[in-house]
Amino acid sequence: MTMLEPPATRAGRLGWAVIDSLTIAGRTYSRLRAQPGELAGFLVFPIIMTVLFGYVFGSAITLPGGGDYRSYLMPGIFMQVAALTAVSAATSVSEDMALGLIDRFRAQPIARSAVLAGRSVADLSIHLLSVAMMALCGVLIAGWRPHGSPLETLAGFGLLALFAYAMIWIGTYIGLFVKNGAQADAATFGWLFPLTFLANAFVPLEGLPSWLRPIADWNPMSAVVSAARLMFGNPGSAAASWPLRHPVTATICWSVLILTVFVPLAVRRYRTATSR
Amino acid sequence: MIHAEGLRKRYGEVDALKGVDLDVPQGTVCGLLGPNGAGKTTVVRVLTTLLRPDGGTARVAGCDVVADADRLRHRIGLAGQHAAVDELLTGRRNLVLFGRLYHLPRRTARRRADELLERFGLAEAASRPVKTYSGGMRRRLDLAASLIVAPPVLFLDEPTTGLDPRSRLALWDLLRELVSDGTTVLLTTQYLDEADHLADQIVVVDSGRVAASGSPSALKSKVGDGRVSISFRAAGDLSTGIEVVRGVLPGEPEVDRAERRLTVPVEDGAASLIKVAAALDAAGIGVDDLGLRRPTLDEVFLQLTEASEVTAA
Repeated sequence: MTMLEPPATRAGRLGWAVIDSLTIAGRTYSRLRAQPGELAGFLVFPIIMTVLFGYVFGSAITLPGGGDYRSYLMPGIFMQVAALTAVSAATSVSEDMALGLIDRFRAQPIARSAVLAGRSVADLSIHLLSVAMMALCGVLIAGWRPHGSPLETLAGFGLLALFAYAMIWIGTYIGLFVKNGAQADAATFGWLFPLTFLANAFVPLEGLPSWLRPIADWNPMSAVVSAARLMFGNPGSAAASWPLRHPVTATICWSVLILTVFVPLAVRRYRTATSR
Repeated sequence: MIHAEGLRKRYGEVDALKGVDLDVPQGTVCGLLGPNGAGKTTVVRVLTTLLRPDGGTARVAGCDVVADADRLRHRIGLAGQHAAVDELLTGRRNLVLFGRLYHLPRRTARRRADELLERFGLAEAASRPVKTYSGGMRRRLDLAASLIVAPPVLFLDEPTTGLDPRSRLALWDLLRELVSDGTTVLLTTQYLDEADHLADQIVVVDSGRVAASGSPSALKSKVGDGRVSISFRAAGDLSTGIEVVRGVLPGEPEVDRAERRLTVPVEDGAASLIKVAAALDAAGIGVDDLGLRRPTLDEVFLQLTEASEVTAA
């Protein structure tokens, strides 16, 4: 068999990186096809949250400024699901580490960034599929409607996707440190899930005690929810802090900040990570 | 084919490698032996570009492991301690995936996957997810994955740990076949008989250093020519037997009273055995079993690693 040489030019290397990323993304899709239950799980969780919050809590919660709680809720659930992409990213990376697959990839002539980049893109596309299902359920079950222009609606989903992509990289970084899937779950879900409640996703922030209020105001998740509500024209609550008065700018800033920090950290960690 | 000089690696406070030298000629098998934590896996990780050494140099297949890492990755195969394959995907999909990651064209990757599945007796299971495979099948798939580009150098980190004897023998046969085709193999193992059967050269590693190296027979001869071992019929036979043995052999006998057994290191194996047999017979001592035992690699290993523990202390 002929011995392949790595490309000598920058363009050639970039070409390999893109092809490798697509190959890795293809692997994620193949895994999902082999495990349809997993996909069902991705889709069912948001539906449960919609029904649970919309109808159980929704019957007791009234919005300070008036408006339909279930319409208020939907952007919150979109954000929560976007934030929790970190959990599945961390779990699957850590499982690959534990199995020694990352070692195998690293001993192969694969572009350094391709394994993580390919996974992140695949994870994002699966997330978008589940968002589409959620939106459909929201419209059918909860009576949710985006009231903005098609372009604004698209921008709303775009901002949510940007935030989800940033969260995937946080999860990826954590996944490269922990020993197995269970630890990965604890190291992400453990703080992320509570944090999604320390935001304006499910309840208006007006009622929070004054010491908790600034945390919720500055929680990036609050900015994401506010941005989505703004773009979808869904009811929101009064904004007191800078990020909530400029939610679109804040969402972009937070997401870009997370990406600038965690993408290089994760890639560097990947380059030296070994299965023990 | 593999040449390393003074490899050093430090993990925090621990010196994992304290200057390891290796030289493995093409088409041979080098067995890396050592207790757990001796640094075997670290050596493999350095030579397969997974870890950067803190000191020393290494060249594999003509490529420097640090400066020429990308080129080297096209020339090596690695099968680690785990079967590093995707459990959810089928055997064929796994091999095609790894082939694509070696930048083989899609069609070549598929053809190569089918060839390897056939060769490793996995053709029938090719379309089943790996999670349905037995341990032996997984290891064979893992080995197949490391052979996709037919690399001239193959690294195997404990390739048969956890395999049943039949699967182990099957894997040994596959390895011998590869080596006869010219592949150079570096394998780590805890099973001394594995090194004994497969390796042309054995390197014993202990606490990050090479404790000894040489062919299996050269290492064995380091601990003498063998031992005469005698099992006595009764406790009384043992007591008188010790005196008789002392009378004819120069070596100091080692006595196991519970088993009524006695062993003596000897220089000239067969001649000593005849002498002892004649003396015991003349003294009328009851003997259950009498034999000459060649040193096993286990004894060599224990002696070498014990010796270095003493010098380290």
